[in-house]
Amino acid sequence: MADKEKLTLVVFSGDFDKALAAFIIATTAASMDMEVTMFFTFWGLNIVKKNEGKIKSKGILRKMLNTINRGGTKRLTLSKFNMMGAGTWMMKQLMKDIKHPTIDELITMAHDMGVKMIACTTSCGVMGLPEDSFRTEVESLAGAAYFLEEARNSKTTLFI
Amino acid sequence: MKADKTLDCMGLYCPMPIFKTAQKMKELKAGEVLEIVADDKGIKKDMPAWCSSTGNECLGLEEKDGEFHVFVKKKP
Repeated sequence: MADKEKLTLVVFSGDFDKALAAFIIATTAASMDMEVTMFFTFWGLNIVKKNEGKIKSKGILRKMLNTINRGGTKRLTLSKFNMMGAGTWMMKQLMKDIKHPTIDELITMAHDMGVKMIACTTSCGVMGLPEDSFRTEVESLAGAAYFLEEARNSKTTLFI
Repeated sequence: MKADKTLDCMGLYCPMPIFKTAQKMKELKAGEVLEIVADDKGIKKDMPAWCSSTGNECLGLEEKDGEFHVFVKKKP
């Protein structure tokens, strides 16, 4: 079987709009027979945290962080005009109006098409996130060396 | 142009037409033609690009009443 062209995405942002862009690019690339790896780091981890359940972390600072920064697709906000949630709500309405897929649907589509989703070990360490903080689509945890190895073998690498 | 199968993508925006085309193509036999009907103007460039990436042949595009009919032949 011929080697597929690779695309690697670093998802550093945890914004609703940037998450949409990341997953639209990933699913389209997968539809075009590219091998896609998404590396979620820092705020990007919020996009792939599980929506329900508790994030079990130790220490007062980490517990505080993971309370105000709980994450999960249902808690993502627009990078501009969030307006205390009103802007994000409005954007979701606009998307619904034209039957645009939701971020959850895009994540499922991406996973079904073989897009690899990896979470950054160091960010997890800093923020005290255990492995079970993430949704099932996240395949594993890895570090910068893994990302760089994927990137150097990829025709296209993007930072979101 | 004649097609063996049709895919309705009316009202769907990128990436859905491409995504659905990729999935539907799996059902076709080599050499069969799929007709995709969409109203997102992006398809005029998206579909040839998808064909070029995947090795399938873009036979042509017909535009009527705001509908784009794109014909794609599955690679051998």
